[in-house]
Amino acid sequence: MLKIFEDKCVGCGVCVTSCPFDALKMENDIAVVDTEKCTMCGICVKECKFDAMAINKEEKGEKQDISGYKGVWVLAEQRGNKLLDVSFELCSEGRKLADELETNLSIIVLGSDVKEEAKELFAYRADNVYIVEDEELKDYRTETYASVICDLINEFKPEIVLLGATHNGRDLGPRISARLNTGLTADCTKLEIDKERNILLQTRPAFGGNLMATIICPDHRPQMSTVRPGVMEKAEPDHSKTGEIEEIGVKIDSEDVNSQITDSGKIINLKSDLSDIDIFTTIKEIVKEAKASVNLEDADIIVSGGRGVGDPENFELIEDLASVLGGEVGASRAVVDEGWIEKPHQVGQTGKTVKPKVYFACGISGAIQHKAGMENSNLIIAINTDADAPIFEICDYGLVGDLKKIVPMLSKAFEELK
Amino acid sequence: MMNILVCVKQVPDTDEVRIDEKKGTLIRDGVPSIINPEDKIALEEAVRLKEEHGGKVTVISMGPPQAKTALLEAYAMGADECILLSDRAFAGSDTWATSYTLAQGIKNAGEFDIIFCGRQAIDGDTAQVGPQIAENLEIPQITYVKGLEVDGKKVKAKRALEDGYSVIETKLPVLLTVIDGLNKPRYPSIKRVVAAFKKEDCIKVWSTDDFEVDMAKLGLDASPTQVYDTFVPTNEKKGEILEGNEKEKVEQLLEKLKLEQVL
Amino acid sequence: MDFNLNSTQEMIQKIVRDFAENEVKDIAAEIDETCEFPRENVEKMAAADMLGIPFPEKYDGAGGDTLSYVLAIEELSKACATHGIILSAHTSLGAHPIYQFGTEEQKEKYLKPLARGEKLGAFGLTEPDAGTDASAQKTTVELDGDEYILNGSKIFITNAGEADTFIIFAMTDKSKGTRGISAFIVEREYPGFSVGKKENKLGINASDTRELIFQDCRVPKENLLGKEGMGFKIAMTTLDGGRIGVAAQALGIAQRALDETVQYVKERKQFGRTISKFQGLQWEMAEMATKVEAARLLVYKAAKTKDSGQRFSKEAAMAKYYASEAAFAVANKAIQLHGGYGYMKEYPVERLLRDAKITEIYEGTTEVQKMVIAGSLLN
Repeated sequence: MLKIFEDKCVGCGVCVTSCPFDALKMENDIAVVDTEKCTMCGICVKECKFDAMAINKEEKGEKQDISGYKGVWVLAEQRGNKLLDVSFELCSEGRKLADELETNLSIIVLGSDVKEEAKELFAYRADNVYIVEDEELKDYRTETYASVICDLINEFKPEIVLLGATHNGRDLGPRISARLNTGLTADCTKLEIDKERNILLQTRPAFGGNLMATIICPDHRPQMSTVRPGVMEKAEPDHSKTGEIEEIGVKIDSEDVNSQITDSGKIINLKSDLSDIDIFTTIKEIVKEAKASVNLEDADIIVSGGRGVGDPENFELIEDLASVLGGEVGASRAVVDEGWIEKPHQVGQTGKTVKPKVYFACGISGAIQHKAGMENSNLIIAINTDADAPIFEICDYGLVGDLKKIVPMLSKAFEELK
Repeated sequence: MMNILVCVKQVPDTDEVRIDEKKGTLIRDGVPSIINPEDKIALEEAVRLKEEHGGKVTVISMGPPQAKTALLEAYAMGADECILLSDRAFAGSDTWATSYTLAQGIKNAGEFDIIFCGRQAIDGDTAQVGPQIAENLEIPQITYVKGLEVDGKKVKAKRALEDGYSVIETKLPVLLTVIDGLNKPRYPSIKRVVAAFKKEDCIKVWSTDDFEVDMAKLGLDASPTQVYDTFVPTNEKKGEILEGNEKEKVEQLLEKLKLEQVL
Repeated sequence: MDFNLNSTQEMIQKIVRDFAENEVKDIAAEIDETCEFPRENVEKMAAADMLGIPFPEKYDGAGGDTLSYVLAIEELSKACATHGIILSAHTSLGAHPIYQFGTEEQKEKYLKPLARGEKLGAFGLTEPDAGTDASAQKTTVELDGDEYILNGSKIFITNAGEADTFIIFAMTDKSKGTRGISAFIVEREYPGFSVGKKENKLGINASDTRELIFQDCRVPKENLLGKEGMGFKIAMTTLDGGRIGVAAQALGIAQRALDETVQYVKERKQFGRTISKFQGLQWEMAEMATKVEAARLLVYKAAKTKDSGQRFSKEAAMAKYYASEAAFAVANKAIQLHGGYGYMKEYPVERLLRDAKITEIYEGTTEVQKMVIAGSLLN
């Protein structure tokens, strides 16, 4: 419950204006909370300069015995028996966390034929790689994967479990965490260890990205997080690190597994017993579709060209940069009127209003009609020869120069990063 | 005849939320409350199924008393019965406690052939409650549903993948989480709005006295996850003009973007 | 005196606002240019029960009150004044007379489909020589056995090319003056009834405005609305209610003009700062906002007075007179504050001015409204 210390409250009202849920008001110059609106997000506690507010959590029910939980796990994901990039990203991140906790990093892979693929994980400095192979595990289904992984977690007791926030990860993560009665934090953008308590600090966006929250799961294990592909950095693989394969039956003696870390990690092949769970789900078919044209309003990255682009041929430079970045192409009204690109790409007063993570304004002056359509973009990068162009007043980073030189340089540089 | 349930959440319209750059706080004045967009899609699908197969659509929500207006809108869209789980004991629930509470409410509300949820709410963005409810009810789930066929005791769903889709078949009862593209929700009927306000009992409000719940599993105190810290990321424009020749500018930009973790 | 909306009204306002923002706002500029009647949207509005808001469920209406209906017109008009008048003309002018004066058979046959939005309604009173002087009706009607035969024409009729049901006024007995006018329900298919070509107007361009031509048009006897000689009274009573609809339309236009201006002045920079910082402009905007709020109070009061069952002619006239002049003034100022950009079709404010003008004219000119107000004051 939110507690307000009346003797400390000076009636400044900062908490009232900062509450996103309209749950606080002033009564007789003291803050008062509407418990029906309060979600205990904690913003007011943070905003109060007088320590007049606190959120107290009472202990309820039996505390889970979390002392035996050790180790960082990553649930790797495969499609068609090929590991997704996010698995390597998480392996890299998991390594950092495991090092800080001075513990092991283990990767779990489920599939029908993943042994060869799984070996690559040692190059990302996994200590152990557990694979579970079975025809029934070839493609992801909730019941099968949840059953096997929960059995493994209950057996090996990792303190942290990470998985990619892919469609499958977001299907599996909550199912597992509910079954294990533990906490799961979705779409984490940052993971750190709190050295004092040796717990995971999980930072993620909420409120459509308008708020960042750091979440902890202090009393339940494992602490589970999902992370979106492309958020964590993939380390440089070190192929000097290799692994040894060992086949062991299902009943694992925990001591065998948590032996000391050596340079060559072990791949442990577990035979899974799926005969006792009910499998209701059949996969009828899997279809790959070409990405339907994303509308500008949903794009994360937009590269926009204006009159400064000069002529329709140069507009290809804009399209190239967009393509390298996996983004969409935008345009000012001037170039649409000239016919260099079609109307659906127009951003501005008579075009679309967009809010991408990154907006490149190339050869765009930033007149009010265009500004109206893109000024709420998260990060604005402006490229223009005119140092006085109004676009530079609303950008985060401005490059005064010739876009015909700069844009291809950017395309090349981003291509090399990939 | 189908007995269908839809989980619905009233959320602030996060598109309208603005940030006070100077104070680093959210400006919540004039931010309207709406039915979570994917929940509306879920409700629309439920009403369509009812119109096709006959049966009943029940809507359930967990929230403060003001969430009633969301349920009225749900009724106006074609729900037959609406239940609001509302009690101070639920305050501060994370997804685990929320899904437990909703699952208990659902068990008390009856037996359902299909339970629809929106994939995720635009304030929490976790996409966890749907699958967690399914786990609590011990029924199969299919997430990211963008196409649906219901046939007797089975459903065949088109499940969106990042690069395409898979077609999954499973038996009833099942929980489905739906995404944008499954359908276009209808506008609520004004006639039903007027009728809803006149008909007091189309929305039932249940406190912990009205359905079976383990008090030890409710609210902030029972939630495995807690908020440790929050901050509002401001979007103040840096207005940094990069120096040097073109090559240097490009290099600097790349450095900046790396630091910002943008790419 | 409670100035707040109740929950039902708030929800209806929200539904129509959502509809207007998603379906109407983005096509407004286009249909203003193409003059294309927004048929698809009218069908969507019908599906959401918007075309019968103030009629009871008994007649397939939504059972809402006048204020709810007014809110719907206001929200639609904020996005597009044409959508507002289509709804207003259909409901207040085309359907309401049947609700108020029709027999049960007529309500069953005509009101119900109108309330459900399956059919669209219109109202034909104005003639080339009968505008403000509505009593100078030249359209004649004679009883011939089981049918009335109409001859004459009506001009400037809203929804003319799209409506199915028309309330038509004609002179049954010239010797009786205003007591010689009667009202009839005329279906589009009746022999001898045709419409002229679409008028090319200054504003509300997508509204289908045409001449109606009656050449020995045969109307069944049972389609007489009320009694013979009651027509003028039906017309005046109907216009009283219709006035509130137009006032709501004007209010919507005025509010939109204000909203656009507020947004623009906060963005437009001159002399190193946003023009919202200049006191001269701040004062202009204060005046605009006050006008809009005053209009709102008059319109909502007229609606509430009508719902209370009391006489509301004066309130309706005041609301219409004030709101329409406010709409024009505020839209005019809006263009001024937008500067050169305001004159360009790229920005919506020039359309708002063109749309606003008609609200001072139709359903009784400002001069007529003042006659009504003075009448109630001095009699």
